[in-house]
Amino acid sequence: MASDSDSDGDFVTFGTPLEPLEEDEPLRKPVPLHEQTVKDEKGRYQRFHGAFTGGFSAGYFNTVGTKEGWTPATFVSSRQQKAGRQNARPEDFMDEEDLGDHGIAPRQITTTADFASGRKDVIRDKARAITSLSAPIPGDTVLEDLVAPARSSMGVELLRKMGWKDGQGVGPRVKRRLCKQRADSGTRAFVSASPPNGLSGSQDEEDGEFVPENVTFAPKDVTPIDFTPKVDLHGLGYRGLNPLAALRGGPGAGHINLFTMDSDRSNSLFGEDRKGQRRRGGVAGQGFGVGAMEDDDEDIYHRDIMSNYDTVLGGEEPGDGLYGWTAPQQYNRKKKDHSKDAAYLGKILEGFTLASDKLETKTIFPPPNLPRDFRPVHYFRPVVDLSSVSPMVAQALQTSRGHMAQEEPSKGGRHQLDSAQRRELLGEATLQGPSSVFDLLKVEDRERLSGLRRPSSDTSSGPRQPTPGRPEQLCSGCRDSPAAARASAQKALSSRFTPHAEQQQQEALSVWSGPTAQAQTGQTFKPFERTPHKQARYDLYIDQLKQGDRDALELSLDPTMTEWERGRERDEFVRAALLYKPSSSSLSCRFTRGKQDDGVEADTVEVTRDQENDVDDKQAAVKMKMFGKLTRDTFEWHPDNLLCKRFNVPDPYPGSGFVGMPKVKRDKFSVFNFLTVSESPTASASPAPQGVKPSEPGKRSRWDVSGQAGNKERKEKDPVSEFLSVARIEASGSGPEASTTDGPTTDPTVEPDTEQKDEEEEEEESRPSMDLFKAIFASSSDEKSSSSSEGESEEEEEEKEEGVRSKAGTGPQISNQLNVNTTQPAPPVSTTPSQNPDVVFKMPSGPAAAPPPRDQEMEEEEFGPRLPPPSSTLTERRPSPTPSAKDDKHKKKCKEKHKAKKHGKHKKDKKQKKKNKRHKHKGKQKKSSRKEESSDSSSEGSDGNSQEDGEEGGGVSTEELLRRLKGIRGKNLQ
Amino acid sequence: MSLGHLQHQATHAEDHAEQKCEMSFPQPKPEVPQLPQNLLRTIDCQQGAVRAVRFNADGNYLLSCGSDKSLKLWSVSRGTLLKTYSGHGYEVLDADGSYDNSQLCSCSSDKTVILWDVATGQVTRKLRGHAGKVNCVQFNEEATVILSGSIDGTVRCWDTRSRKFDPIQILDEAQDGVSSLKVSEHELLTGSVDGRVRRYDLRMGQLHVDFINSPITCVCFSADGQCTLTSSLDSTVRLLDKSTGEMLGEYTGHKMKGYKLDCCLSSKDTHVLSCSEDGHVYCWDLVEGSLMLKLPVGKAVVQSLSFHPSETRLLTAMEGRVQVWGAEPEETEEDVVVVQQEKA
Repeated sequence: MASDSDSDGDFVTFGTPLEPLEEDEPLRKPVPLHEQTVKDEKGRYQRFHGAFTGGFSAGYFNTVGTKEGWTPATFVSSRQQKAGRQNARPEDFMDEEDLGDHGIAPRQITTTADFASGRKDVIRDKARAITSLSAPIPGDTVLEDLVAPARSSMGVELLRKMGWKDGQGVGPRVKRRLCKQRADSGTRAFVSASPPNGLSGSQDEEDGEFVPENVTFAPKDVTPIDFTPKVDLHGLGYRGLNPLAALRGGPGAGHINLFTMDSDRSNSLFGEDRKGQRRRGGVAGQGFGVGAMEDDDEDIYHRDIMSNYDTVLGGEEPGDGLYGWTAPQQYNRKKKDHSKDAAYLGKILEGFTLASDKLETKTIFPPPNLPRDFRPVHYFRPVVDLSSVSPMVAQALQTSRGHMAQEEPSKGGRHQLDSAQRRELLGEATLQGPSSVFDLLKVEDRERLSGLRRPSSDTSSGPRQPTPGRPEQLCSGCRDSPAAARASAQKALSSRFTPHAEQQQQEALSVWSGPTAQAQTGQTFKPFERTPHKQARYDLYIDQLKQGDRDALELSLDPTMTEWERGRERDEFVRAALLYKPSSSSLSCRFTRGKQDDGVEADTVEVTRDQENDVDDKQAAVKMKMFGKLTRDTFEWHPDNLLCKRFNVPDPYPGSGFVGMPKVKRDKFSVFNFLTVSESPTASASPAPQGVKPSEPGKRSRWDVSGQAGNKERKEKDPVSEFLSVARIEASGSGPEASTTDGPTTDPTVEPDTEQKDEEEEEEESRPSMDLFKAIFASSSDEKSSSSSEGESEEEEEEKEEGVRSKAGTGPQISNQLNVNTTQPAPPVSTTPSQNPDVVFKMPSGPAAAPPPRDQEMEEEEFGPRLPPPSSTLTERRPSPTPSAKDDKHKKKCKEKHKAKKHGKHKKDKKQKKKNKRHKHKGKQKKSSRKEESSDSSSEGSDGNSQEDGEEGGGVSTEELLRRLKGIRGKNLQ
Repeated sequence: MSLGHLQHQATHAEDHAEQKCEMSFPQPKPEVPQLPQNLLRTIDCQQGAVRAVRFNADGNYLLSCGSDKSLKLWSVSRGTLLKTYSGHGYEVLDADGSYDNSQLCSCSSDKTVILWDVATGQVTRKLRGHAGKVNCVQFNEEATVILSGSIDGTVRCWDTRSRKFDPIQILDEAQDGVSSLKVSEHELLTGSVDGRVRRYDLRMGQLHVDFINSPITCVCFSADGQCTLTSSLDSTVRLLDKSTGEMLGEYTGHKMKGYKLDCCLSSKDTHVLSCSEDGHVYCWDLVEGSLMLKLPVGKAVVQSLSFHPSETRLLTAMEGRVQVWGAEPEETEEDVVVVQQEKA
């Protein structure tokens, strides 16, 4: 059956198919009766019980047990849920057979009695009839029928609330005449309807004379049409024999059965037929002869009179109000009259009026007729023969000038903002120098390019004004001839963009098809949430990427879009996929995702509350030693219920569903405010000449630093960030120097060489990545490998510093200091959310008045406080303060370093101290570092002594201390 | 030497009169408080650098955490090794004993926390989950929960009762590594490298954050439970009022700039003690804030110290040795002399 699935895919099959018969198969023996078993849908044996035991399988395999054993499934330990009380419903005691379609409580949506129509429930009627028959007194339901509960359906209830009374019709009240007219016509029913109620009819006629003019009457009641389908084979209107009636009539002949069961009442087309009531038993039904026991004065043979029927179609208005069903033409005509129409709408709700004019219908224009010779193939204009490249070029040009996002701001997320817009948002100063490649081109070339672009993309924003930038620096070769220039420009651009895009696609593929990406099923990031179609396409793309589909991008794009749009979308998708690539699980659990990544309107992000308060105030308070209210924050914190239990403490928030700190909303853009924590103390602490704090763009948030984290190549690729950083430095004047260098080393005569600064930037960028990886991946077990890599990084660093020194020709001392200092804030900043750097920077102003070299030593530390060096028992005895010959040699070697970059040395020493257990096989470099280590401790000691501990080494330490304490106290009191 | 200190102290008492007025503490007892200034015993632990040394609940035993991955249990009075607990994958950084001395917990650079059975020396439970090395570990009062603070910035609450190996709760409010942690009856005090001391009050369901502005190396509760003591890398030990966060005292003079060193209060809350990088243990009068004793332990960094829960007895750890200090020299004075001579 399943083999030809194509053909019968639409059919539904029931039951198990018979096995195909084979010709020469021997006849199988029929299964004997005692081996025939019945199983239910789960393969369990279903036993047939005797009539006395219920007739169906009961319980759990006919026992009183359950699958779980004797513990009921509903049992819940009160230890977990104290108040959870469960009310047992009847369904809890039922088997699934009972809940099935044929059980006693089928699980399907049915109309409850409240909302049921007037029609009787056939099944219930039958059941009642049966019980009445089997009851000791036949016709036991008599009482039930008599004493029926006063229950009416919800519709009737509503009608009553609206003022309807039984026996009235529904609708607005009508004037007498209309009512009478209807009553008249009502006598001539056009179908064999039930005879009009004699009482009301006569009333109508009687009231005709003396009814006042302005009295309105309710419309006449309408007998509802019964839409019971005809299922028997009898003729129309014929009611066959009723076996029940016959049975009942048998014994009680002559007895007038007033309360016939009339179970087939519902089968009658129009209400009840009263004939049964008049019958005195015997077999009821039409077309049956007169029984011996019956009077023959009744019209046993149902005679239909033709006057019951309408003879004229649409001749006059039907009086019975069956509008809509057999509505004659006249009535249809009337409907068009709007004022009259209102009469039939019923009560109009307060505050509403009928519309005076019709609702406008939408005019749908047919699609234009295609010309006969139309070919559904698009050919591109010959000007842009590189059809696949031109959209990219156009887009690149656009984005470089920042016009794309302006054209469609609605679509734009954060990622479609270009540098210029971001700059506007952040309030930064305009960049000096060329902002795009376009500016570097010659004016003629630019015009040519824009002219080239214009035909290819008509949505671009017209010709651009040639900005007087720095002309004719680049592209000196492109002015040979216009054609050659164009070709070369195109080639350059295409070569720049297409392989890049290819490479990006590959990258995205490799990233998304990895195992971590597979694990991340709940992908929350929706970059194109604004446009659902686009998002759907993006999702498709990601899905296919996850499956490792190489053509994911092409498959997911909409084929109906134009080439230009597709090109753009292709680029966007790849970028988005790369930007939001799945991170490894260990990394992702350390970061929380912003709730609204791209929402431009959603200006708030969720932030735990403890980041709320401003750190500046607190630092000021700490400096003034005003601990207390200023430095304290109190938050609501929800402990786990189990934790409270273990601590023998009542749960402070018994009903709270979450654990930890509640989240609060925060302004999105202020994210940068509280991330620049590291900067503000520096600004306040450093005695830099700048009187005013640098403006906002001048601040360097740590995201800036970490965002630029990367190697040199990447940085070179990214000239915008470079420009940005340069601009930032320039904007903040002497800001970076003042903030990064420390008090004593601050030299106002630092020459503002941009190249040099770039160099520091690079250093800054190159550093954190190492530490980041260390922080995340370095486990205790692979200490050796990490130490070796450390050594390498050290070497690199050394080289870099060397290079810097050689580059900075004029002021080597200053540049080195700069270098050393600026490299340091980066690592802790990017690795952990540490505040170390600023703490460190702040220290000079603190009470202990620590000298700067020590600070830098400390800030080099990855995670704040270190462990002291392992004991001398492992390596050697504590080195003597006097340097040995080896040390001397070593010192000679690195004398220059000591002289020029003392701080850098400290930094390194620190590292090497940690790895004193490592083996010697690393060669000369390692050996020297080992020597350094020994010299390190001595130098450290000498450092400390020279700076501060010198006094403490002697016996005068307490005096000194007390004096200092006094000073502090005095300050404190002020 | 210590006598000289005391004399200095007396002469400078008037200078700190104002400071006294600020503090709301009862006057110390008239008798001169005893200070652990006599070296009673030196134990060479032979387990690498001793990263931490801790008294047990009653002060009869001590635990030493070694950098050679071992945890050792010693008798304080005799200085004998009782048991070695090995099972960590890297150096042991902190340990704690349960109130009934039946269990130990320790944490290590291998990112694990281990619950030990004291008698058998077997690992009862090895708790993994921290993303970095675990700096500090503590039992709660009934040893039903182990709390561990790690360099990954989280404090994890491990259930010792259930069989679940997941923490009950992870406190990730710290923005940097958690360096120290103490537990009281219903409170949890954590010090973090982000320069904040956090006090989680389970009963009130509140978190109090005190900003210190310098990486915290150690936090302590006072014995009366009214104050907290924090030492930070700006070479300052601060005594803060627990309920308001106000500073009650500030103790300086020692050197704590780069290493994670311990501080503590004496058993009767009369003195504040702190390790120092210059090889001394500094001991200040709690109320007056004056330096009472500068205990020369050695030349290297005093890494850890622990004060006896009831008596005047102090443990210090430097490099591979643990030293026991007491108020009065014990009867076996020769040993001490020998040890001191050795040291000299």
